[in-house]
Amino acid sequence: MREFLTKFRDPEIARALIKDVRHLATRVADRLGRRVVLMEVCGTHTVAISRAGLRSLLGDLLDLRSGPGCPVCVTDYADVDRMVALARLPGVTVGTFGDMVRVPGSDSSLERERAAGADIRIFYSPADAVAWAAAHPERELVFLGVGFETTAPAVALSIKEAGARGLKNFSVYVNHKLVPPALMALLEDPEIKVDGFILPGHVSAIIGRRAYSFLEAFRLPAAITGFETNDILEGIRQILKMMWGKEPRVVNGYTRVVREEGNKIAQREMAAVFRVGDASWRGFGVIPGSGLTLAAPFAAFDAAARFTLPPVVPRVPAGCACGEILKGKLTPKECRLFAVACNPTSPVGPCMVSSEGACAAYYQFERHYGERANHA
Amino acid sequence: MCLGIPGKIVAVSPEEHMAEIETFGIRQRISTLLVGEVAVGEYVMVHTGYAIEKVDVAEALERIRLWEELLAHEGVFDEVPRSGDRPGTD
Ligand code: SF4
Ligand code: SF4
Repeated sequence: MREFLTKFRDPEIARALIKDVRHLATRVADRLGRRVVLMEVCGTHTVAISRAGLRSLLGDLLDLRSGPGCPVCVTDYADVDRMVALARLPGVTVGTFGDMVRVPGSDSSLERERAAGADIRIFYSPADAVAWAAAHPERELVFLGVGFETTAPAVALSIKEAGARGLKNFSVYVNHKLVPPALMALLEDPEIKVDGFILPGHVSAIIGRRAYSFLEAFRLPAAITGFETNDILEGIRQILKMMWGKEPRVVNGYTRVVREEGNKIAQREMAAVFRVGDASWRGFGVIPGSGLTLAAPFAAFDAAARFTLPPVVPRVPAGCACGEILKGKLTPKECRLFAVACNPTSPVGPCMVSSEGACAAYYQFERHYGERANHA
Repeated sequence: MCLGIPGKIVAVSPEEHMAEIETFGIRQRISTLLVGEVAVGEYVMVHTGYAIEKVDVAEALERIRLWEELLAHEGVFDEVPRSGDRPGTD
């Protein structure tokens, strides 16, 4: 691993890439008469860009905006409220990936429900949740199926596994979301001005480069990139080259992991268990065709159908700008509450909670740069 | 929510569709159901306990080679671009 991975973090290479990126960005920005706006659509990229300080290093030429890249952040308040309601049901254990636990809903969070006595368990893998359900037949295990195309195949496999084992006490609250329809929603919003997309590496490992071909109709350059500093710089460099040459395409800068057609096995597993449906995203509302539901043969594993939940009336906390931040219309520092009333120890919105949330990343790595430094 | 972890396959149990990977000295058991057959010595990218794709080492080395070339030719970019220095038509 060390043999080659370190090269993707090598500071000498980074220096050369930054030089080249600045050179290209100067020319493109000069031609545009303004900074180049690129959006990263993956929470892991948001964190990597913030950590490497790229936003401040390139900020005079490039406006690196965060988009709807964290599956926890884009989970709608109503869905968080339903997860909380599930956790309150007697005999139910809620299983989840870690980050979901602290996300505030309208009047509670899973963490608060746990403090009040609810049984909430964090699983590293959905397969562990199935094993837990098998070992605890007296409890109903509801797994929260949150995540993009990256986690959906693993959840699909866990549902098949539960079926094969004949488990009667395992179900999934399916809240998976798909990335390409969200990109489409961004492009159709006239208020959003983005010159290019930095595309998520691991979503792309599943869906493949070809899944983004629709971007070509918008004449928008985009690059799939990995998560090391040099990967990201290389992706930015490729986008700028395309802008300069006026040849927008979707390029694959993460060829060591992402294939043209993606992972066929994972796609097949997803297609066997799920159907595409509409989904509600925080900040966006309903995006057609952007979510997953269970296919008919697996309907018995649908937690939303198995349990009767009280109606939810979602309430968005006053002043929180998460919705606008997820669409790239505002940056975290432009939220009035950033680093004032809202910080990682007492987060107001999900973007400050999730480890891949834009507000949390900016708070941790960038709050001392720029205009809001005095508040930090 | 989920970080991708690259690792080198150090042991396989094909009957269970499981393998053991090593990443910077740490070992972990993972499912290989999403990538099919794997062999000791191969690299995979792991997400929530599942290998989601094999890592193509040849591709990685090719990228590194291109970067080393960039490093070698760095001086080429020293010239500061002037406005009006643009190809094509606007
Ligand atoms: S699920 Fe994948 S694409 Fe989404 S934030 Fe995590 S690493 Fe990025
Ligand atoms: S800083 Fe806090 S309140 Fe403001 S948008 Fe981010 S999470 Fe919401």
